[in-house]
Parts: sequence; structure tokens; C-alpha cells
Amino acid sequence: MLGLGVDRLQADINRLLASLFHQGVLDEQFLQLQQLQDETSPNFVYDVINIYFDESEKLLRNLRLLLMDREFSDYKKIGLHLNQLVGSSSSIGARRVRNVCVAFRSASELSNRPGCLRGLEVVEHEYHYLKNMMHELFQLEQQRILAAGVRYPM
Amino acid sequence: MEKSGFSPVGLRVLVVDDDPTWLKILEKMLKKCSYEVTTCGLAREALRLLRERKDGYDIVISDVNMPDMDGFKLLEHVGLELDLPVIMMSVDGETSRVMKGVQHGACDYLLKPIRMKELKIIWQHVLRKKLQEVRDIEGCGYEGGGDWITRYDEAHFLGGGEDVSFGKKRKDFDFEKKLLQDESDPSSSSSKKARVVWSFELHQKFVNAVNQIGCDHKAGPKKILDLMNVPWLTRENVASHLQKYRLYLSRLEKGKELKCYSGGVKNMDSSPKDVEVNSGYQSPGKSSYVFSGGNSLIQKVTEIDPTPLASASLSDPNTDVIMPPKTKKTRIGFDPPISSSSAFDSLLPWNDVPETLESKPVLYENSFLHQQPLPSQSSYVANSAPSLMEEEMKPLYETPAGGSSVNADEFLMPQDKNPTETLQDLDPSAISNMKLQEFSSNVTNNTEAILRSLNWELPESHHSASLDTDLDLSWLQGEHFLANTGLQFQDYSSSPSLLSELPHHLWYGNERLPDPDEYSFMVDQGLFIS
Repeated sequence: MLGLGVDRLQADINRLLASLFHQGVLDEQFLQLQQLQDETSPNFVYDVINIYFDESEKLLRNLRLLLMDREFSDYKKIGLHLNQLVGSSSSIGARRVRNVCVAFRSASELSNRPGCLRGLEVVEHEYHYLKNMMHELFQLEQQRILAAGVRYPM
Repeated sequence: MEKSGFSPVGLRVLVVDDDPTWLKILEKMLKKCSYEVTTCGLAREALRLLRERKDGYDIVISDVNMPDMDGFKLLEHVGLELDLPVIMMSVDGETSRVMKGVQHGACDYLLKPIRMKELKIIWQHVLRKKLQEVRDIEGCGYEGGGDWITRYDEAHFLGGGEDVSFGKKRKDFDFEKKLLQDESDPSSSSSKKARVVWSFELHQKFVNAVNQIGCDHKAGPKKILDLMNVPWLTRENVASHLQKYRLYLSRLEKGKELKCYSGGVKNMDSSPKDVEVNSGYQSPGKSSYVFSGGNSLIQKVTEIDPTPLASASLSDPNTDVIMPPKTKKTRIGFDPPISSSSAFDSLLPWNDVPETLESKPVLYENSFLHQQPLPSQSSYVANSAPSLMEEEMKPLYETPAGGSSVNADEFLMPQDKNPTETLQDLDPSAISNMKLQEFSSNVTNNTEAILRSLNWELPESHHSASLDTDLDLSWLQGEHFLANTGLQFQDYSSSPSLLSELPHHLWYGNERLPDPDEYSFMVDQGLFIS
């Protein structure tokens, strides 16, 4: 029945979020984001996270281009990009992404190229994991809204 | 009588950050504080906006790392040209960065992620600045037992009868002036209420007079008064000012003894860094002595061109570096040597018995003559000459205001460990955290004591409670963002049982199935709810 649909979706959302918190993928800052959402900006979380995705992907692309370059030597630039990533990841509560970026940054400070390559891989991995989770979350949320809407026909 | 004061509603904030995610979040947060927000992604753009509407903004919040211009440069421009309070932000809480911010005139330095709490109180910076401006204007208007502290003004202003909001700037000024005038009693020179405002010029005269007399033992208030040649000043004014001055100097001495502290600060004793820090200044090279040890301090003083330096903050070497470094350290929550906690106590101004000074006229020059608190400098740094007490207090106060413990260890540590580690695991391995604990209790007590002794009423009393909470929690746990939500957020990662400590409505867990009533409750609490 329709009522159960909403409930079940809600349970799924809760479970997913709980699991993400458990794993340290998300942290308290994410809660802050949710609290900021209100009637005047009903899609706030969604919007912010999408901005984050856009920016992060740009940065990750640049990082990869830099490191793939044979003659690469500009570790400072890597550091700058990483600072940005750290900053924006902390803004949405992407704790694990942030942490691996910090680790990556240390490698870049040591001008350690293999370390940087590894670091980049880890960051990319964590980032994509987060992105997938977020997509799933948004999907569930969408479905829940729909189900809730149907549940109370006017 | 209703207690009202400045209403922060409608405060016009300009946010500058190259990170669009943060820009959006900050905009929302500031709007929730009922501020009027303008956002900007580039420093030059920000300057343009500010210059276009000279009176269009009350406060600027800017990230330190901007792509087109160094955040500190922006800070300087804004401070000098526009005389607006500026708050810096960064993910990076490194001591040197924070100090740089402070030295460039930032009235606060916030660590990202920024909490609502920290944004809610930024209006205080605006208020403080305004009051200082009024005080500068009213400079020589009062008589009384000279006291550098003018917090009194703030407290009285905040208790004033009118509700003043930020829209009416002119009116604010007039109202403040009126209040301040009403409160003072010019006829009674011994009245405790009226105060001499020791402006920079006045203090300058004082110091000159003292130096002229030479050996301090002979420097009596009468002689100083005569030399100063300020007609409306009384002997009592000078006497109390002299007492405070001696206090300050004696603290300097103590400060120098604790060179292990100031010398040990990694960013303070290396000269290449000095040059780097100082290069941003308008008075090139003169301040390079600042971070050196005590002896070189005095040597280099004599090389200094007596023309006042443009940057007050840095040219206040003793005050900034030796005295309040301790306070700054505590603010930053860095690894302080254990001894400095007792040193900190010795810096408490009100409990000190004034000691006889060793004759150090050179030191006087050092610390006072070369200060030039520009009116355009932000409130943090302005009036640094007359307000040494203030300086010490301000860092302490602004620590809680800034809220975030700028704890670099927090950033470094988790790298090497599994990110899913709990805080309990992090703490034992961080010796610095233990020191922080020690420090935090010191600072909390001292902050309160100092503020109370200054008769400084925080505009909203609940702030001080929460500020202390912030201090304690953030420093004890080493993760600043945990402090203020009241959730007592623990790292979820490794202990499922921690979830049980969560407030009920945040329970997502699969440990139990909430029934439909609870669902609607949770729905209302708004996970993603629109």
C-alpha cells in the first residue's frame, strides 16, 4: 500500500545515512547542511551537493592531467588544488574524501610523485563512492516525495 | 526597563570566497542570521563592490586563499581604504596563518567548517569598531581616573534604551555619542565613571615625558604631567596611567623570560619567515626585529627610524609577540610548553602588584612609539597603544568568538590513521591534546575572570556559557566542529553503540523500526524534506 511505500523509503533513507555516518563517509557538517534547508530553499542540500560535485570533478580532472604529464613538477599547484578540495569537502561533510585529500597533500608536499599518484587514486575512489551514495540518497528522497504526494491526494 | 542594544538584523555582509560550495553555504547561514548577504567569488570583484558603494557594507568575510589576490592583501585594502571590519576564514588553522591574519588587521579568524554560532556574533565586531570610532572622535572629552579600558562604553551602550539597527548609520553615531556623553561626568575628576581616553597621541606624550625623565624611579606623575603639557590632564590621571604602564612593562619582562615559549613557536623565530610576514607591510623591514629574541630586540630598536610605522599590529612587537603570544597560543590551541600555563597566570593584569621597573627606555620606544593604530585598522588591532589590556583580552575573547580551535594537529593526525577511528583513539596519541586540556581550563577561567574584572558585559550572557563550552569541548576533543551542536556528535564510524547517545529524532539506525507516527515526526525534522 502507498502508506507503507513512504515508510519503507524513509527507512531506506535512514539506513543509508546511518551507514554513511558509520563509515565516516559523512560527518556532522552534513547534518548542518540539512538543518539549513527550509521552506525558502527547499532544495538546498541537493543544490549545494551538486555544486560540490561540479567543482570537485574539475579539480580532480586537473589533478589527473597534472600528474599524468611526464614532465610534471609543479607540486605547489597540486597543493593548491588539494586545498580547494579539502575546503569544499569539509563544507558538505565529506569526511573521508577530505581526509584522503589531506594525505594526498602530504605526499605532494614531499614532492613524492608515486605517492601523489596513489593519493589521487584513493581520492578518486572515495569521491566516486561518495557520489554514488549521494545519488542513491537523492533517488530515494525523490521516490519518497512522490510516494508521500500520492499518499495524500488532494 | 527593557534591555536592548544593537540589533544585528540587516547587517550588510560581503562574503568573499573562491569556493562556490562554501559561498552558497555561507550565504544561507548568514541569511539565517537575518543578515543582508552579498557573495563574491573574486577578491578584485569584492574590492570593486566595496569601492562602488563606500557605505554599502558593514562587514567583510573573506577566505584567505583567493586565486586572484592574496587574502591578506585584500584584508589590508579593506581595512585601510574602507575601514571595515574584516573576518578571515580558512581551512588552514596554522598558527602562522592566523597570526598573519591578525597582524594584517583581521578582527577574527574563523576555521572552516564554520558554525552558525560563529556567524551569529559577527555583528559584535561591527559594534566594537563603531564604538572605537566614536571614542576616537570624543578623544579628549573626558576627565577622570585614566583608564585605558573602554569596554565600559560598550557595556553601557548595549544597555541603552534605543533599539538601533544597522540601517541607520548616521543616527547610530549620534546616538552613541549622546549615550557616551550622558554617562560621563566631566565635572568630577575623581569620579570613577568618567574616564580619560588615552588616545595614541596622549599616550605618546606620556611616553615621551617618561623617557625624557629617564630613570623611572624619578619619573613621578607630577613631573610627567608637567612635561606632557596637557592642560586638562590631572596628576591623578597620569598616576594611574603610569601604574598601568609599569604593569605592562613588568609583564614584558616576564614575557621575555619565557623565551622558550616565544622562541619555541616554530613560526616565530625563523627570520626568513619574518621577512615573509613582514613583506606585506607598508613599512618595509623595520619590524624584522619582532620575532627575534630579547637581546636582538633591543639592539635593533636603535636602528629603527622613529617615524611611526604604518602597521600597528606588527610594530607592536612586545605586546603582540611576547605578551599575548600566550594568549594567542591558547587561542590556537597549539603545543604550549607546560611552563607557559603558569606564565599565563602571571600575565593576568589585575592581580599583579606593580613592580618597580628596571630602566628600559629603549623598550618603551619599541613598544609604544612605533605604534600607529590607524583608525582604519580593524578593532582587533586599533588603539593598541592605549589598550594593552584590551589586546590581551581581545584575543581571549575572540577565541571563543572565533570558536574554532585552530588546531593543526587535528588535520595532521587523521591522515595516518584509519579515518574511521574514534576520538578516543585520537586523543591518547596526541600529547598536545592533553596540553590543550590543561590550557583550556586555564583559559576559560582566565577569560572569564578577565572579562569580569573589566566589567565587560557580553551582550548576551548566554554567549559566554556557550563560548566556554566551545572552548572546552573543542580543545578537549580536538575536533572543533563538534562543539556547538549539542548533539555531542561522536565519530560514528567504529562504535554503533554511539548512536544510542544521539538525540532520538536523529536515530536513523536499523536497530529498530520506527512506527508510522515516528516517521512523520522524522519527516518533519527534515532529512531532505522540502
